[in-house]
Amino acid sequence: MSPNESLISNPSDQPAADGNLLAASCPIPITDYKEIVLAHGSGGKLSHRLISQMIVPQFANELLTPMHDGAIFSLGKERLAFSTDSYVVSPIFFPGGDIGKMAVHGTVNDLAMCGARPLYLSVGFILEEGLPMDDFWRIVQSMRAAADEAGVQLVTGDTKVVDRGKADKIFINTAGIGVVPAGVDIQPRRAQAGDKIIVSGQIAVHGIAIMSVREGLEFETEIASDTAALHGLVQAILEVCSDVHVLRDPTRGGVTSVMTEIAQSANVGVLLQEAAVPISEEVKGACEILGLDPLYVANEGKLIAVVPPAAADAVLAAMRQHPLGKEAAVIGEVVSDHPGFVTMKTRVGGRRVVDMLSGEQLPRIC
Amino acid sequence: MKYLDEYRDEALAGKIVDEIKRIVTRPWVLMEVCGGQTHSIVKYGIDRLLPKEVELVHGPGCPVCVTSLEMIDKALAIARRPDVIFCSFGDMLRVPGSKDDLLILKSRGADVRVVYSPIDCLKIARANRHKKVVFFAIGFETTAPANAMSVWQAHQQGLKNYSVLVSHVLVPPAIASILQSPLNRVQGFLGPGHVCTVMGYREYEPIAARYKVPIVITGFEPIDILEGTLMIIRQLEAGKAEVENQYPRVVSRDGNRTAQDLVNKVFEVGDRKWRGVGSIPKSGYKLRYEMRDHDAERIFDVREIDTKEPEICISGLVLRGVKKPHDCPAFGTLCNPEHPLGATMVSAEGACAAYYAYGRHLQKPAASPDGETALAKAS
Repeated sequence: MSPNESLISNPSDQPAADGNLLAASCPIPITDYKEIVLAHGSGGKLSHRLISQMIVPQFANELLTPMHDGAIFSLGKERLAFSTDSYVVSPIFFPGGDIGKMAVHGTVNDLAMCGARPLYLSVGFILEEGLPMDDFWRIVQSMRAAADEAGVQLVTGDTKVVDRGKADKIFINTAGIGVVPAGVDIQPRRAQAGDKIIVSGQIAVHGIAIMSVREGLEFETEIASDTAALHGLVQAILEVCSDVHVLRDPTRGGVTSVMTEIAQSANVGVLLQEAAVPISEEVKGACEILGLDPLYVANEGKLIAVVPPAAADAVLAAMRQHPLGKEAAVIGEVVSDHPGFVTMKTRVGGRRVVDMLSGEQLPRIC
Repeated sequence: MKYLDEYRDEALAGKIVDEIKRIVTRPWVLMEVCGGQTHSIVKYGIDRLLPKEVELVHGPGCPVCVTSLEMIDKALAIARRPDVIFCSFGDMLRVPGSKDDLLILKSRGADVRVVYSPIDCLKIARANRHKKVVFFAIGFETTAPANAMSVWQAHQQGLKNYSVLVSHVLVPPAIASILQSPLNRVQGFLGPGHVCTVMGYREYEPIAARYKVPIVITGFEPIDILEGTLMIIRQLEAGKAEVENQYPRVVSRDGNRTAQDLVNKVFEVGDRKWRGVGSIPKSGYKLRYEMRDHDAERIFDVREIDTKEPEICISGLVLRGVKKPHDCPAFGTLCNPEHPLGATMVSAEGACAAYYAYGRHLQKPAASPDGETALAKAS
């Protein structure tokens, strides 16, 4: 999507929003929805549009506009990465993790995707009146364990409580700062034709783990979330190839959204090989039952690396040596054809475009 | 994954395609009836594998798409009520009525819930006795047994706060309607595998005989669809018009008698309006009189809602296989999954939505047969 087409404003019909979000003098950009709908938070096209039309133009600057997982800037001799993320997952406890663990891992990973070594985190809690103290304690303990394990310190924070019904038990925001080593330049726009695309392991695990509890579905084998801090894996990659072009963790919107964003920001094409994408039997089965496409399902402990072709074998080998990258696989390559689009060679040899969804992936009827 | 990987095998797919290429001597137009088949065809790029002689057109078998605008307006009127918990299959939520859709109502505070099975609604009804729980009972014969089961159980258990808004449709009258149309181009059908799992395929035999078209009951995996296509081409090339079963691992001639009996206890055949097509006689199920206490249309008195459909869109022609999605000037521009103008763009299974989801709006319509079409550059 070109940023220009999104900036059309409508001076006559639509008066400014109440003046809270945007400066009162600015007309609200035309969006197709008069209210925020859930799909605006799904990581698909509507999320993308909300950010690129309503937010980015208002604050446009060289750090924000590339829309990376975090901002990278210099302070004295050091290059720092800075990122933030909010966590509203429901249920707050799920197989393989909880909202607190995710809140630490998520921001650590956003920093890691900038190539940074994460150092410090902040945390903001929004708590709903009535949240059991035991639950809150479990979450805090879990965050501490996750931070210790990741080697980051939680150095500042805030707590707010809202009336019952005004939030869903607990929402957490974390922000983080890390140091980017010299010589590392990881950005979505650096993807170039010929680069290999490597995923660090089986996809769609986290989303299915959450859904399996949320929908009250019971599978014979429990699917546990893959939530994990990825900076160790990133370090292992950088040791064998400091010239990694892009790193992304495919969270909301799954592999598809991340690959589309890379294709768009680097103005290159992406060709995926469906048969090469690692997916566990359990997740495949769950996706079949639920009518979902794993390429759109969220991950929390996986990364996608776009690396120069000459380094692909070494990066793959290094990833497979690491506990979080044992099932790493090359799933495609960057091409010069069809810039801005992701295509896929299907398992039966056909070809199709893989496009971002508009909103939530809804289960199909049959 | 067992029972799936075998049916997605590239080498086997290649063999079937080669065989189709070997036997085909002239152009044929085939229709896959089911939305699930359409979805597979575009998801796996199957139409791009077939020789140019074989043209696949996409049928009316997406239950979400063919649910009439008027029925959706009725659903919205009911879901808006504060005393209602409105339950639905997931992909019905985004289908626009003449104004809103169920997702928008949800964002404004209506209690709209996605269920995987109508039986889940009974649990919700038991847990919320002070509320009225309504299930949007849509679908072809495939979903009819489960929907019927929910009504039957509520009836047996005296669960008075459960009702269904019924918009069930049937495949055979739709196929007959396509074949009777003077615009018809379809020469053979990939029959609906899951509908026939319930109903069997006996009722397709008179259609094949009367209209002299081969009907091959077909599954949903790529190998199923390719094999079904091969079986139809074999018949067409040999001048035959029979019902064959490509999907015997699931489908029998008589179908599931227990399910049929249950459906007949709860539903009876009646006329039904199809979105984009209009009313087709005896083409749907409605609740039997004995089940009237569970009839949402009666309970909420929405029977008088009568909505006309917009005239600009060609979805009626797409549903009948006369036109392809990219024959429509609005396709991918004015009409897209966020703002569907018509039936076939509204659900992931609809032909237009399936074309859109798999990037056909980005491609030049004249694709080379090997699928290596250059993509139109992003504007």
